[in-house]
Amino acid sequence: MSFFKPTFTHPDLPKNKIGYKKRDYEGVISTLCAGCGHDSISAAIVQACYEINLEPHKLAKMSGIGCSSKTPAYFLSNSHGFNSVHGRMPSVTTGANLANRDLTYLGVSGDGDSASIGMGQFVHVARRNLNMTYILMNNGCYGLTKGQDSATADYGSISKAGSKNPFQGIDMVGLALELGATFVARSFSGDKGQLIPLIKAALAHPGFAFIDVISPCVTFNNNQGSTKSYDYVRQHIEATSEFDFVPVEEEITVDYAEGSEKVVTLFDGSKIVLDKLANDWDPTDRYSAMSRIQEGKKNGQIITGLIHINPESQELHELMGTTDTPLNQLTEEDLYPGDEVLDSINNKYR
Amino acid sequence: MNPTNIKDPEYFHKVVDCQYACPAHTPVPEYIRLIAAERYDDAYMINWESNVFPGILGRTCDRPCEPACRRGRVEEEPVAICRLKRVAADNKGDVKSRMPQGPFTPNGKKIALIGGGPASLTVARDLAPLGYEIHLYDEWQKGGGMMRTQIPAFRLPEEVLDEEVNYILDLGIYTHFNHYVESMAEILEQDYDAIFVGTGAPKGRVLKLPGYEEAKANIHIGIEWLAGVAFEHIKSIGKKVIVLGGGNTAMDCCRTSRRIGGEDVKVVVRSPFQDMKASPWEIEDAQHEDIPIMNNLPPKEFVVEDGKLKGIIFEKVKAEYDENGKRRLIPTGESDEFIEADDVVIAIGQDNAFPWIEKDLGIEFGKWDIPVVDKLTYQSTNPKVFFGGDAAFGPENVITAVAHGHGAAVSIDLFCHGKSLTERPDPMTNLMSQKMGIHEWMYDSGVVSDLRYAVPHEEKKLSLSDRKIEVELGFDEILGFKEAQRCLNCDVQTVFNTSRCIECDACMDICPTSCITFTQNGTEDELRDRLLAPALNLEQDLYVSDTLPTSRVMVKDENVCLHCGLCAERCPTAAWDMQQFYYNVTKASSGCLVAAE
Repeated sequence: MSFFKPTFTHPDLPKNKIGYKKRDYEGVISTLCAGCGHDSISAAIVQACYEINLEPHKLAKMSGIGCSSKTPAYFLSNSHGFNSVHGRMPSVTTGANLANRDLTYLGVSGDGDSASIGMGQFVHVARRNLNMTYILMNNGCYGLTKGQDSATADYGSISKAGSKNPFQGIDMVGLALELGATFVARSFSGDKGQLIPLIKAALAHPGFAFIDVISPCVTFNNNQGSTKSYDYVRQHIEATSEFDFVPVEEEITVDYAEGSEKVVTLFDGSKIVLDKLANDWDPTDRYSAMSRIQEGKKNGQIITGLIHINPESQELHELMGTTDTPLNQLTEEDLYPGDEVLDSINNKYR
Repeated sequence: MNPTNIKDPEYFHKVVDCQYACPAHTPVPEYIRLIAAERYDDAYMINWESNVFPGILGRTCDRPCEPACRRGRVEEEPVAICRLKRVAADNKGDVKSRMPQGPFTPNGKKIALIGGGPASLTVARDLAPLGYEIHLYDEWQKGGGMMRTQIPAFRLPEEVLDEEVNYILDLGIYTHFNHYVESMAEILEQDYDAIFVGTGAPKGRVLKLPGYEEAKANIHIGIEWLAGVAFEHIKSIGKKVIVLGGGNTAMDCCRTSRRIGGEDVKVVVRSPFQDMKASPWEIEDAQHEDIPIMNNLPPKEFVVEDGKLKGIIFEKVKAEYDENGKRRLIPTGESDEFIEADDVVIAIGQDNAFPWIEKDLGIEFGKWDIPVVDKLTYQSTNPKVFFGGDAAFGPENVITAVAHGHGAAVSIDLFCHGKSLTERPDPMTNLMSQKMGIHEWMYDSGVVSDLRYAVPHEEKKLSLSDRKIEVELGFDEILGFKEAQRCLNCDVQTVFNTSRCIECDACMDICPTSCITFTQNGTEDELRDRLLAPALNLEQDLYVSDTLPTSRVMVKDENVCLHCGLCAERCPTAAWDMQQFYYNVTKASSGCLVAAE
C-alpha cells in the first residue's frame, strides 16, 4: 500500500490565474477505503478552489469527527485547519469566524457528526446564517464503526447485514430549508460536473451555504437495497437544473434557450446560472423549494442541484453589526478608547 | 475513439518506452528490478539472452533507450539504463553454467559467418545450440570485430570483451581467425547451407586535400589507426594532434591520442557543436580530458614544410538552415585559421566495402555499394546469403547489429528447414497480475524523487597515463540500487476492466500525473485536447475503454503515467489491475520451427 504520492506532476498541467497548479490544492494521500465517495468530494473541493483562484492560506477547513472529518487532511494542505470535537465543528467555526471574518470557512461533516451528536449545533449555525460553506458527506451509515445505520439512513433502506431501517431518516436539506438557511443544495459525489460549480457558488455565497452530498460508503453501504449506493443514487437522481457558477471577473458565455434559464446575481457580483430549470418552482422562493423537495420525495426521486438561494442573504456579522476589521486585528488602542471617553459616557448617565 | 485493443501485444510493448526503443527490445525494467533485488545473475542472463553482450553494451552502447525513457519526461534525466546493465555484469557470479551447454546434437546443417563482430557472434550464439556447425571467419587474431578494433580499451577493457566473446566461441564454433576472406565465390563453392555476412563498414573515409600526398605519413584514418593501437602496432603519436570529425570515432581517436603521447590534442569539426553526431556523454568525456572541440571549421589544406606535416588550414563558416531543416555551411569571410599539428587523425565516417564479393554471384548491390537486403529477413538477392550489422544497411551501432543477428538467425533456421522466411513466429508475450494482497504489489511501486546519479570516474591523471586503464568505474552496488529505484517499472501495465468499474472517479482523483479522465467519447484529436491535462505528446497512445454505464469512457494518456499503481490501489472493485507485461523478441530456438508450422 502506498503511503505517499509521487512528487511528479504532469508537465503540461495548466496553472490558474494566481499561478498555482491543481497539485498545490491537494492534500496527503487518503487513508479512506478505496472508492469512498468522500475522496471524490475532496477532489471536487480541490478542483473548485483551483478554479476560483483561491489563495490557499485564505481558507480554513473545519471538521468534527468521523470518516468525513478526516478528509481535510486530503485536500488543501496549504490552508488553515481545525479538526475539532465530535459534532462541534459549527461552534468552533463560529468562534473562528467571529475572530477573523477575513478567511473563507469550509466545514466538512458527516451524517453522524451533523445529524446525531451535532444536530443542535447544525440547527443553530444554520439559523444564525454564519458565513461558511457546510459540506455534509452523507453516506447514511457510521462507516468508522462498521456501518450501523445513521440518522440520515432512509426508512426501509437495507444495510449490508441485511436488516431494514425501521426509523424515519432525517432529511438535512428539508431541515435546512425549514431553518431558513440561505443557500441549500444537494449533490452526489459521483457527479463532479454538478458538485464542483455548487462548491464554487457556496464558497462565494455570503452566509450559511449548505451542500448535502450523497457519498456512498463502498465498504458498508453500497449493497443492493441501500438507498445510498452508487447504483441506487444513479437510478433515482433528478437534477433540478443544469447549474453553473460564473465568477465576478468572468462573463456568461453560454447561450441558453430563451425562458429556461434563471440567473441569480450574488452579493459580490458573481452569478449563478440555472438552466433547464424545472417548471413551476423558483429556487429563490423558499416555500417553492420546500414543496419541490417534498414532491420529489413522494415520487422516490433524489432531487439534486441548487435547491434554494436567498440572494438577499445577510450573514452573521452584518446581522450583529460587527466591525469590518476582523476582531483578532483590533489592538488595545482600538478596544480601549481611554478614561476620557469613558468619563464622558458615564457623565451622560449622571 | 474505438476501445483500445490491449490483446495486441504491440500496444503494451509501446508503453515500455525503453524496451520499445531498443533495437533488440531488451526487457529493461525487468532486469533493473532484478538489479535492485541484488539478483545480478538473473539480471545478466536476461540481458545475455536478449543483447548477447551485457558487459560490453553496459559500457559502450549508444543507448537509444535512454532518450526514450519515460523518466526523462517527468523530470530532467532518464534512468541510467546503460550503466545499470554494467552493474549486473560487474557483480554477477558464475553464469556460464546457466548458458546452453554443448556439445549439441548436430542437425547436419553448416553455416559460414564472415566477420567476427557482434552481428555474426549473435547468429552464432542463437544457432549453435540448435545443432548447427558454425564456421566463423575473421581477418584479426581474435573475435569481436569493431568492438575490439574501434572501441578503445579505456572504455572497454579487453577482459570484458574476451569473456563475452568467449561465451559464444565456447559453444563449439569453428573459428578461422587471421583469415581474410578474399572471395565470396570460394565460400559459396563449399558445402555451407547458408552464409551470413557481418563484415561491418570497414572503410574509413579519407580527405584528399592539397598536401595530402606529401603529408601522408602523418595522416591517419581513424578506424584503421584505432585498430593499429588496439593490436599495439601503433604505440605513439606526435605531441600536437588534430582529430577531424564530430562523431564517436573522433572522440575515441582524440582520447586515445591523449594516452599515447598527444599533449595538445584538438578536435576540429566542420559543422556546429549541436549538429555533432557524437553522443553527448562521449563529448563530455573528451572535454574533461582537456581536449578542446572547435566547430564551424572545414579543413582546406594540409600544410607541409620540408616534406613534413606542419598543420592544417581551416576555412571559417557558419551554418544556415532552410525551412526543411537542411543545413548549408556558408563562409563567414573571415581569414582562414591555421592550426599546427604533428599528426592528423581523420574520423569523418566510414563506408561499406565488399571488394571480395564477386559481381556474378546473384548478390545485387544498390546505392553506395550497399547490398540489397530484405529488412525483415536479412536475406540478400542470393537466397543462401544473409547480411546483418553495418554490412547490411550501413553504419549503425552494436545493439542494432545484435538485433540484426537475432533476425538473421531466425531466417537462416527457417531457410535451412525449407520454411517460408516471411511467416515468422510471434514474439513471446505474457501479462501477469502483480496483485499480492488488498493493496500490495509484487513490484516496488513507490516513485522516488532522486535525480540521476553520476557514474564515478578514475582519477584523470592516472587514466591518461595508460590507455588500458578504464575511465568509468561503474556504479557500485549501493549507487546501482539507488539508480535502479529511479526506474518507473513501465512494463507493469495499468489494465482496465470496464465491466467492473462503478465510476467512483477515485482513480482519476488520485492519479499524480493527471493521466486518467472519465469523459464523453470523441475523436482522438478532440479527446486529446479536453483531458484533465492535455495529451500533447502524439507519439504516446491514448488507452480508451468501452462505454461505461453513464455513457462516458475512461481515457488514459500513457505519456507520463508513473506506473505507481495508485489508480489500482484506490479502485474499490479492482477494475484497474497492475499487470507485468513481458515481451521477448522472436529468436531462433527449438520452438521456433514448430511455431512456424
